[in-house]
Amino acid sequence: MTTDALTIARRTLLAPAELEDRHLQQVIGTILSAPVDLADIYLQFARSESWVLEDGIVKQGHHSIERGFGIRAVCGDKTGFAYSDVIALDTLREAAANVRAIARHPGNHRQAIPCPNRPKTLYPAVDPLHSLTNEDKIALLRRLDELARRSDPRVEQVIVSLAGTYEIVLIATQDGALHADIRPLVRLNVSVILHADGRRERGSAGGGGRTDYRYFLEENRAETYVDEALHQARVNLEAREAPAGTMTVVLGAGWPGVLLHEAVGHGLEGDFNRKGTSAFSGRIGQRVASPLCTVVDDGSLPGRRGSLHIDDEGTPTGHTVLIENGILKGYLQDLQNARLMNAAPTGNGRRESYAYPPLPRMTNTYMLAGDHTPEEIIASVDRGLYAKNFGGGQVDITSGKFVFSASEAYWIENGRISHPVKGATLIGNGPDVLTRVSLVGNDLALDPGVGTCGKDGQSVPVGVGQPTLRVDGLTVGGTHL
Amino acid sequence: MEIAAQLKALEDKVAQALEQAKKLGATGAEAGAGIGWGLSVSARMGEVETMEHHRDQSVAVTVYFGQRKGSASTTDLSHASLRETVEAACVIAKHANEDPYAGLPDPDHLAREIPDLDLYHPWPLSAEEAIETAIACEKVALQYHREIVNSEGASVHTHQGVRVLGNTLGFLHGYPASRHSVSCAVVGERDGQMQRDYWYTVARDPEELESPESVGRKAAERTIARLGARSLTTRQCPVIFAAEVATGLIGHFLAAVRGGNLYRRASFLVDSLGKQVFPEFVHIHEEPHIPKGIGSAPYDNEGVATYPHDLIHQGTVASYILDSYSARKLGMTTTGNAGGVHNVLVDPGSLDRSGLLREMGTGLLVTELMGHGINLVTGDYSRGAAGFWVENGEIQHPVEEITIAGNLKDMFRNLVGIGRDVDRRGNIRTGSIWLAEMTVAGD
Repeated sequence: MTTDALTIARRTLLAPAELEDRHLQQVIGTILSAPVDLADIYLQFARSESWVLEDGIVKQGHHSIERGFGIRAVCGDKTGFAYSDVIALDTLREAAANVRAIARHPGNHRQAIPCPNRPKTLYPAVDPLHSLTNEDKIALLRRLDELARRSDPRVEQVIVSLAGTYEIVLIATQDGALHADIRPLVRLNVSVILHADGRRERGSAGGGGRTDYRYFLEENRAETYVDEALHQARVNLEAREAPAGTMTVVLGAGWPGVLLHEAVGHGLEGDFNRKGTSAFSGRIGQRVASPLCTVVDDGSLPGRRGSLHIDDEGTPTGHTVLIENGILKGYLQDLQNARLMNAAPTGNGRRESYAYPPLPRMTNTYMLAGDHTPEEIIASVDRGLYAKNFGGGQVDITSGKFVFSASEAYWIENGRISHPVKGATLIGNGPDVLTRVSLVGNDLALDPGVGTCGKDGQSVPVGVGQPTLRVDGLTVGGTHL
Repeated sequence: MEIAAQLKALEDKVAQALEQAKKLGATGAEAGAGIGWGLSVSARMGEVETMEHHRDQSVAVTVYFGQRKGSASTTDLSHASLRETVEAACVIAKHANEDPYAGLPDPDHLAREIPDLDLYHPWPLSAEEAIETAIACEKVALQYHREIVNSEGASVHTHQGVRVLGNTLGFLHGYPASRHSVSCAVVGERDGQMQRDYWYTVARDPEELESPESVGRKAAERTIARLGARSLTTRQCPVIFAAEVATGLIGHFLAAVRGGNLYRRASFLVDSLGKQVFPEFVHIHEEPHIPKGIGSAPYDNEGVATYPHDLIHQGTVASYILDSYSARKLGMTTTGNAGGVHNVLVDPGSLDRSGLLREMGTGLLVTELMGHGINLVTGDYSRGAAGFWVENGEIQHPVEEITIAGNLKDMFRNLVGIGRDVDRRGNIRTGSIWLAEMTVAGD
């Protein structure tokens, strides 16, 4: 994997500018002549495309090429960063001179802890844009549109989008190492609007991962997204007002794991904890969840949207236990924060592109399975909400308050699903929501590959997952008292 | 390079792209090119934390082969990459389906006179000066109160750039613009509870920025005010959206009357033109030509002339927000809003914030919203909130971990008052907005 990737990366990123490995090391060398702890150059090429079908026709497509480099010097807790869309020796040198200035400001130095290498192929070094012909991409979109319209006469609008990215990264680090990774990423999304008796409701579903477009043709995956989108819209056409107040909530398996991403994941990122601004700061070894809960972040799952061979600083990704049987175990680290906290980097240093410096970020975050069937969990609730699927979420790291929005939900009465209710926002407190988890399902599922996480204006693809969970007390933001 | 030279260079790139599109058989094409550069620094706990130098460039091209459309963009302005990008757009257009509504704007709508909106005011700030400014800003926040115990830092951003737009109808114009900001976020602690809040200032002209000291002080004031926050019991009550979050509420209205959502029937305001949506006293208008305005633009992303016009007149919808495509789909005329709105102003009322609180008497003042619980198709609204509980017109205590819910149709119709405490920083300018009733969920 690595040799191939390195060859492709050199050919794509260095050769056109007549650059060689030694030039990158020379540039890094000019930074290292100042007293810095870390210096690296991140070169990136990304070719992306998207095709959108609407009103039954493929109306538009977009193609984009991004190419550039980011260069960084870290001195204790200080970072100098510069980037350019022009990969050339003079722009590299100019950027290096700019970032080197950070070293004039003395930082707090700590000792680094080296991290072992773990090469293993998680996804193929393919260009997904070429995995189907343009004709076949369009035929796929049209087939899904027809399927949706045929399946329900109430369909008023269908929007299907197909997107793919072929990304090549090359990272030169201060120890002379050169890391490369080829990162394919595809995504298919189906959104429908159903209209009946003057009421309109939307449903949407999709998936993808680090693979090529043929993934959507296997196991009728694309068709299942259509079914799922229609199902959601149908349920919402029947939905009554959502309840308001604090109640028992059963959360579905899979994408509802966005709960973990917001409630605990962000709060465990190294930067916030190094600075002491997280509601989880200084709580390693303490109980932050019920003994039923074990939460991990794993960037080394094959083919997942949040997976990476190496993070954007060249550290291999891995399996990091965040919470084990309810006890807080660890944080997610990039190189800078690991160094400052005397911890090992965990392969979580990620960046949106060369134009942004790396930050500690999640990869695929999920909770391990428990013993109960989802049916048992629903049957255990007298009155409460079953939130089967979700939209996005958000968290205030410092106060610990987080929200996430149900997109498909049902009212539970006497242990049975009574009727669908409208989507609503749920709000809770990160450090104690998991202490109220009283039942954990045996149906762990990861999301279908749709997540994008935002932090400091940077978006990165992520995964989440969980089994069905019962939470005894979460505030549901409906309108019905 | 001088601005004039930058403009000329970008005009050449755009002309090159258009020329090549024609050569490849396109019947029409549009291209935009931009270059920008800037500096971002942040300071935390009295020392520099990050120093970032920015330099961006990009070209985007849209081509038409009859009624077929394709688009492509690149950050690589080399001749080869530009050619590859135009080719990619053409390949896509050849594969796309015929769309009877696709095409360049009507030539009559293109901007002819390009007003100078005074948008370019570079801030000749060295990295050292920017760091000193950030440190000074944070220092005021850190020293504001002993309960300010930590900081996420203060930042200074400067950005300036040039953008050029051209199409095969002969439109080719460009102008420089700048944007600068100073922000600060600090953490307070009381009885083991931590709270964070922030403040920022943004302007085209650095002379118009709020002072760094004022930004730091407001960030600290807001943070201290949140300490001791607790939840509320579930209830229905009046809600005032503070000006800085009321902009979001107006944003939902704008999204609901945007052409793309209307022709897709994906809005709770379909077929609302001429209909009463707000009470009669509400007046919302777009003013694209305000000198130095953050949202100001002489023409939109298609080159269509922008012009001042009403969106809500006496509470009724006076205009949708349309680009050429959505206008054709709806059988209407573009409103010069390709790419979005340009300075939306909500006419203020007579009361300041404390006056509004007094008038409301008892209810919730919301100063922060969380999450994305807005369903534009149905108007259903449910979001996490933080703010203050108000009784007898006076703030009683900060609140958190609650949600507020309702339906935007009802919320707009039951708007009781608008404050004169207008937040002028963004593209949407409004005072605080008082709504008759929402459902608050909490303990």
